Amino acid sequence: MEKILEAKNISKQYPGVVALDDVSFNVYKGKVNVLVGENGAGKSTLMKILSGVERQSSGEIYLNNKKLNIFSTNDAEKNSIGIIHQELNLFPNLTVHENIFMGHEILDRYKTIDTKQQIKITNELLSKLNQDIDAKTLVESLRIGQQQIIEIAKALAKKTKILIMDEPSSALSKKEVSVLFNVIEELKKQEVTIIYISHKLEEIMQIGDVITILRDSKFICEELINKIDIPWITENMVGMKSFEAVNTQKVKKGPKIIELKSISLKKKESEEYILDDVNFNSSSGEILSIYGLMGSGRTELLEIIMGLNKDFQGEIYLEDKILKASSISERISDGIVLVPEDRQGQGLVQSLSILSNTLLSKISRRFKDFYLNAKSEKKIVTKAIEYLGIKVSNYNNVITSLSGGNQQKVVIAKSLETEPRLLMLDEPTRGIDIGAKQEIFYIMKKLAEKGLSIIFVSSEIKEVLAVADRVIVLAKGKINKELMGGEITEDNLVKYSQG
Amino acid sequence: MKGMTIKAALFKLRAFIALIFIFSFFAFTADAFLSSTNLIILTKHVAINAILAIGMTFVILTSGIDLSVGSIVGLCGMIAGMLIDKGLVIQFLNVVIYFEIWVIVLISIFVGFLFGCVNGFIITRFSVAPFIATLGMLYVARGFALLINDGATFPNLIGKEELNNTGFPNIGSGTFLSLPYTIWVMLALALIAVFLTTKTKFGRHIYAIGGNTKAAHLSGVNVNAVTLLTYGISGLCAGVVGVIVTSQLISSHPATGTTWELNAIAAVVLGGTSLMGGRGSVGGTIIGAFVIGVLSNGMILEGVSSFWQRVIMGTIIVLAVMIDQLQTRFISKD
Ligand SMILES: Nc1ncnc2c1ncn2[C@@H]1O[C@H](COP(=O)(O)OP(=O)(O)OP(=O)(O)O)[C@@H](O)[C@H]1O
Ligand SMILES: [Mg+2]
Repeated sequence: MEKILEAKNISKQYPGVVALDDVSFNVYKGKVNVLVGENGAGKSTLMKILSGVERQSSGEIYLNNKKLNIFSTNDAEKNSIGIIHQELNLFPNLTVHENIFMGHEILDRYKTIDTKQQIKITNELLSKLNQDIDAKTLVESLRIGQQQIIEIAKALAKKTKILIMDEPSSALSKKEVSVLFNVIEELKKQEVTIIYISHKLEEIMQIGDVITILRDSKFICEELINKIDIPWITENMVGMKSFEAVNTQKVKKGPKIIELKSISLKKKESEEYILDDVNFNSSSGEILSIYGLMGSGRTELLEIIMGLNKDFQGEIYLEDKILKASSISERISDGIVLVPEDRQGQGLVQSLSILSNTLLSKISRRFKDFYLNAKSEKKIVTKAIEYLGIKVSNYNNVITSLSGGNQQKVVIAKSLETEPRLLMLDEPTRGIDIGAKQEIFYIMKKLAEKGLSIIFVSSEIKEVLAVADRVIVLAKGKINKELMGGEITEDNLVKYSQG
Repeated sequence: MKGMTIKAALFKLRAFIALIFIFSFFAFTADAFLSSTNLIILTKHVAINAILAIGMTFVILTSGIDLSVGSIVGLCGMIAGMLIDKGLVIQFLNVVIYFEIWVIVLISIFVGFLFGCVNGFIITRFSVAPFIATLGMLYVARGFALLINDGATFPNLIGKEELNNTGFPNIGSGTFLSLPYTIWVMLALALIAVFLTTKTKFGRHIYAIGGNTKAAHLSGVNVNAVTLLTYGISGLCAGVVGVIVTSQLISSHPATGTTWELNAIAAVVLGGTSLMGGRGSVGGTIIGAFVIGVLSNGMILEGVSSFWQRVIMGTIIVLAVMIDQLQTRFISKD
């Protein structure tokens, strides 16, 4: 194996945090180089250094055995290093092709943008990625997963030699992931080197060639994928043997919390139904999972319950009281809360501190007093950070100083602070490491035992199998099947989600 | 790491350091600058702009803008003038009501608040861009100010003993502990605004809306109500200024306050508040207002031609924001 890129003894300090501590990282030519580690281990930071977004405090980078100074993203690009960032970097107000060619516009002979050519290439790229998206659609009208695909297309359009993918699959459906893997295989054939970060270990085993593990900002080990297995990864990642499965003891179902009666939702300006006569209820003490493919109406269903979408027909009852078209803050006061799918766009206020974000929902509900009490705020946040095991050096830092997974935990902490009776989670494990995932499932179980009703949406079958007491399978806006107990199997979920 | 914190502290205080620099410059080069009379006149001038800028800060923090405050100043001044001079004429009942001064002051300020709320209502209910909604109000409020006395001023607003409405000029010229009331009003409003923005959930919500409206909405923040109220506050501050200015001049003129909204915006931006919303502080705004005030006072004392004063003022505003941006980049890169 030939080393193409080598990071030697890289350290990176942020105020109060050591993000990387003397880390060395080898990247082999034409291989899929996998990088794993817990949330906050320093993976994204290392990638930002390789791509010129951040500069290392010390250490050196070698490209083809020649020392390389990367001062800016331009330097990285000149050396054919490209990156797909963990958080989306798209312009929602521009179209797909404008996004893909941002900063690399194709010009015609009058030096004006050759829109036709851009659209043509974009459509080619998208069809290679198996996407049914028009190059002229606005990015803001795309689902999160589709936006992620656009990020991938953007990187592909630049024809890089070394392509960094920081959790490219966290927002993708199973189908989309397999498309991504086909693309990666094809890139490998063209001698493109891939650096791949993911928390989904099965994926890593499938696509990776070499694995490097970081823990607590330090390099732990490097190994060939075909010599190892998943337990080996978790052991090195977390420093302990394995996880106990989330206990699936019999649930004590309590009283009904929420009931939906013939909920229907039409697409805007069309007769097509996104949701078609959906009826179900959910009780205290139960974890109800809503399973379905992308576009089956899962997110819309949660948005209706949350009061975000008011154009639906049908009725929602909260403990036998009908829920009027009330505002979100009233829903939160009623004890309903949603952990949204898109943490960047809907979950967090990027300019505020960790503390302010954690308390954002709470202060609109619980703090009866007009003014904020710094002391009790601190107490609450410290407790929340501990409860969810969020890796934070100082809760007064801005939220964007946290690693992606830890940001996600803050979003969950925020909703728990409202002391909900009905907790809805839309893809809550996006970008969370396996340890934290386990913690979150454990917390969900604990909360259910405490009498909460939990509605859980995930596109990962394994997650559904792990926590759900009952599953509603949606297909094309209709409830196709309700599964309970022993019926909840991988085969059934796949079968009934096809419609 | 220690160096980092000192640098961060300096960065936070950058507007203040600039103010001290400008202040010392004039203190050394212009003789009359440090005299107590001059300093009080200066502060009194600053206060007018600072009060408007305080209200503007609330609005800009939500990533809005309020172009109508100058016109509302004029309108509220005219209302105060009318109530003193003519009283409240209710035509169909054929009565004229004269109020005591404190009632007149409250009514005038309340009118400012109401007009601000109308801005907020149009912006939140009908999703009209703040720039447009308040631009419309800039014309409407000025129009009303002109309509009140058919374009004429209300001169000599000293009131009449028998109507029990004397003493209005005292607001603008009176002092407490040898400082003009105007300055006290600014201090009081600044303190209230600092408290509101940093210590209350209302303030926290303002920052949240400016930072990410969607996330704020989903977190249960009543985005519309909070936003509407920020425009109300801005209008209220304009009302206060209308009353103060009218009292200082002892007359109300319908053109008072023309283009003052721009000075207020300049003070907010100089104070480090981002026009994108979500970042900034009331304290910064006050410093920004002082930078502008000290500069223009100093330049007058130095005998700089009023044409050059404009050139210099404009340059400094843009330069300040440029340096701000450079420093932000510098700090975050490090
Ligand atoms: N701009 C910043 N300022 C301060 N600390 C930062 C900053 N960026 C990252 N950190 C810290 O550096 C550490 C490493 O973060 P990094 O984003 O590299 O983690 P990661 O391995 O990518 O985690 P995840 O799996 O959650 O994405 C974290 O503790 C994080 O809080
Ligand atoms: Mg990361």
